[in-house]
Amino acid sequence: MISANLSAIFYLISGVLFILALRGLSSPDTSRQGNYFGIAGMIIAIVVTFLSIGNLSSSLVYVIIFLLIGGAIGAFIAFRIPMTAMPELVAGFHSLVGLAAVFVAIAAFLNPEAFNLGIVGRIKLASLVEMSIGAAVGAITFSGSIIAFLKLRGIMSGSPITFSGQHLLNLLLGIGVFVLIFYLCKTQSVNVFWTVIIISFLVGVLLIIPIGGADMPVVISMLNSYSGWAAAGIGFTLENTALIITGALVGSSGAILSYIMCKAMNRSFISVILGGFGADSASDNTKEKKDQKPVKSGNAEDAAFLMKNASSVIIVPGYGMAVAQAQHALREMVDKLKKNDIKVTYAIHPVAGRMPGHMNVLLAEANVPYDEVFELEDINNDFANSDVAFVIGANDVTNPVAKTDPKSPIFGMPVLDVEKCKSVLFVKRSLSPGYAGIDNELFYKDNTLMLFADAKKMTEDIVKNLD
Amino acid sequence: MEIDPFIFRLSIFILSIFIGYYVVWSVTPSLHTPLMSVTNAISSVIIVGAIIAALAGTSESVFSISSIFGFLAIILAAINIGGFLVTQRMLQMYKKKKDKNK
Repeated sequence: MISANLSAIFYLISGVLFILALRGLSSPDTSRQGNYFGIAGMIIAIVVTFLSIGNLSSSLVYVIIFLLIGGAIGAFIAFRIPMTAMPELVAGFHSLVGLAAVFVAIAAFLNPEAFNLGIVGRIKLASLVEMSIGAAVGAITFSGSIIAFLKLRGIMSGSPITFSGQHLLNLLLGIGVFVLIFYLCKTQSVNVFWTVIIISFLVGVLLIIPIGGADMPVVISMLNSYSGWAAAGIGFTLENTALIITGALVGSSGAILSYIMCKAMNRSFISVILGGFGADSASDNTKEKKDQKPVKSGNAEDAAFLMKNASSVIIVPGYGMAVAQAQHALREMVDKLKKNDIKVTYAIHPVAGRMPGHMNVLLAEANVPYDEVFELEDINNDFANSDVAFVIGANDVTNPVAKTDPKSPIFGMPVLDVEKCKSVLFVKRSLSPGYAGIDNELFYKDNTLMLFADAKKMTEDIVKNLD
Repeated sequence: MEIDPFIFRLSIFILSIFIGYYVVWSVTPSLHTPLMSVTNAISSVIIVGAIIAALAGTSESVFSISSIFGFLAIILAAINIGGFLVTQRMLQMYKKKKDKNK
């Protein structure tokens, strides 16, 4: 058994190691080392917890068994999960943190002596507030992440589910939780505590169902943030520095990512949360236009010809590439182009895909060196000097309407200036509008050649034609 | 008058938010997915609370209601520790040009 002061110092050390873990991510070179800091921090925290509990009862064996079971499941998932499934994995893992926070809060509420929080029915007021906030946020994180997981996995439709009075209901439930926590502090009633948790589960579900598929980058970041605040709440209850530091780090990290994603879509955080975006809105007036305007379409042979004669090509990947799992075929195509001394770079929009950095991971998986991959602001000026833009699976993020039509729902969103390229190759299965429900003007430009096919199949065909 | 220890924890919390703010802004956008997965992994430090709850049982009753919740939380948090391995797998893929194919 080690003293409370000594263990507090070790918890502080593990908190610092977690900070270093995030710090490492400032560059891919230092990132792996950062991850080891994180692992070290976790090991220290766990070992110190065991050492700080003096009388290790016979429970210890079970604790270790459960620890190993969980760890084995985690490791199994970690090694088996394909990179394309990363968004749903992260959503799933968030739900685990949320539920763990709820369970720890319940355990603390039922057995406060174990945590030095007073006795049943007379828990310290501050601790009670902290644990109920931790439990409520944890419950919202859990059920919200489950919905996000189901949507990302395609088990549940990605389209927004809305009903009238939805926001009012959410507001009332939210206020209800606060009132109940207040009431809980006065009565210490077990039933009120359970009610807080159940209502919070409901809030989590209601909060995420109105939000559509392409807003998922914001949702995942937001749930990331929530899981942090839940952990911090529990950290205060347990008076544990490592948990408080971690909660604060994760909470602010998720918040910043949500902010970056919202900015990349030129939408306010509130409008994303209220949801319903892209449900049906603009689809009527675009339908007529579509029939009238001529579209040039081509095949793999045309595309291969165009690219072979180019001196620079910019690839613009999007969610469609992830769905079609086209990243490996794409890499093969780029290798062939590079052999012909064609300069190839990748342009990535911040909200391409279903989570922040989604495209970067997929390209990295296909062994694309990260120094060929550029963010929006770093590459946008290069389109004007390039010969071919190869748009694969992206749509709304290339739509010039965002710059020209103030009435468009995506007006003001930063987009990739794809149309400035000498020619644009647009791989898409059909002319259907993207997630925002609006037509992409790029389809009808003179320098655009539409390649109607599955992204992976088209890329493979182009590879064949490049020989 | 003595300062309530809560104030110290609150100070740590607020300062950590600021540290998080500056550290996360310095993360390169191409590593945002690993950032999410590693922040998720470090959240599993909540296992500390789970272990305390689970060990609170006595020799006669290893499984009380509260310790059962502790055990369940241990499993959940331990699965989540796998997030470090996921992150590691992802980061292994971020290589420079010269590392591969030459």
